[in-house]
Amino acid sequence: MGIKVYGPAASTNVARVLVCLEEVGAEYELVPVDMPSGEHKRPEHLARNPFGQVPAFQDGDMMLSESRAIAKYILRKGGSQLLRECNLSESAIVDVWLEVEAAQFSSAMSPIIFQCFVIPIVMGGKPDMKVVEENLEKLKKALEVYEARLSKFKYLAGEFVSLADISHFPTAHYLLGSPHASAIDAYPHVKAWIADIMARPSVKKVRELMKMASA
Amino acid sequence: MTAGSSSSSKPVKLYGWAVSPFVARALLSLEEAGVDYEHVPMNPDAGDHRRPEHLAMNPFGQVPVLEDGDLTLFESRAIARHVLRKHKPELLGVGELERSAAVDVWLEVEAHQFHPPTLAIVRECIAAPLRGRARDQVVVDENVGKLRAVLEVYEARLGSHRYLAGDNVSIADLNHFTLMHYFMSTEYGPALVGPLPRVKAWWEELAARPAARKVAAFMPLDFGADKKEK
Repeated sequence: MGIKVYGPAASTNVARVLVCLEEVGAEYELVPVDMPSGEHKRPEHLARNPFGQVPAFQDGDMMLSESRAIAKYILRKGGSQLLRECNLSESAIVDVWLEVEAAQFSSAMSPIIFQCFVIPIVMGGKPDMKVVEENLEKLKKALEVYEARLSKFKYLAGEFVSLADISHFPTAHYLLGSPHASAIDAYPHVKAWIADIMARPSVKKVRELMKMASA
Repeated sequence: MTAGSSSSSKPVKLYGWAVSPFVARALLSLEEAGVDYEHVPMNPDAGDHRRPEHLAMNPFGQVPVLEDGDLTLFESRAIARHVLRKHKPELLGVGELERSAAVDVWLEVEAHQFHPPTLAIVRECIAAPLRGRARDQVVVDENVGKLRAVLEVYEARLGSHRYLAGDNVSIADLNHFTLMHYFMSTEYGPALVGPLPRVKAWWEELAARPAARKVAAFMPLDFGADKKEK
């Protein structure tokens, strides 16, 4: 039994796991989970992810949840340098910016993605522009800090690319595909950094999977 | 810097107000690690966290910040990981693929499943009254419902594992302590945890750790409000 990832590629958290598998060149099977019909809340999926979310991840007998934990497992097992765990200081800085990704970037992007993509496409409703505007303001405050950081360093943790950078790509993918993509124009280093991440072969492959899933 | 000094001879400093469960989380990791450190207190009411010197350390203007030699870190979970990786790597499962994966999963569970509803309850039940704001019971009820479902998963997990990540205590257990400390002082703490015998036992054991007892003393349940009035 090999590696299985359960969940739609279009989910930012599933995509985060897939990009790590692609980075280490692992073979895996992507198993669909039909979320509009509530499959993720049914017993079979709950046995894999007790919080009823995606992704769930299986490697042999091991079942994992939480995309950033799964990402680290995949990268460690695959001998990737994206965590810098050979160096105490470097790995600490990677951890800082991984926390920032979750706490400052994705926390602002998730409501925007929900309003601009999930509500219109999956639920056939209208976005709440007040929620979008509030979170765009939060995002811009974060982007100011990112701009200053990326003016000093090529990547978030320093001169080397790490999981901290790549972990941003799923939400950045949706930002670029939203009506608010021009928000990054005011932050030229951020814009260039996003383009750099999006040029990675692993990222390109997973973006294709994300688009196919949404079609 | 004097000749012959190395980064390891610089003291370890933790900046921030200890009543914050985030600052206290970092303090707990230092206490568990047995590190010789200096806690540099800060005053949020005086805007210490917005001063240029602090922003130079944490551009998001938050606490805690850790200085460890030449390394400056922020985000309490990243600080705790670094401190324990350096001094007590077994608490992270370093070098063990499966254990480190389990530790990471439950670290993320703490951050994404446990923390948001628990923080919302603590904010409404403890912080709001201290700031002269009425509790928003709708917010409380919504988050109590969410946390109840999360704690049921913990109860099941602790039924098959001694601690969250396996047979031995890990940073994943420890990272829960500081916010749980505040949560358990609200009426919802005993109400939600009381009916869950394994979660209750796990919590009591966590709170009995010497490092936890020491850090609990930095987190008075009124956030030090009566001291301010003096």
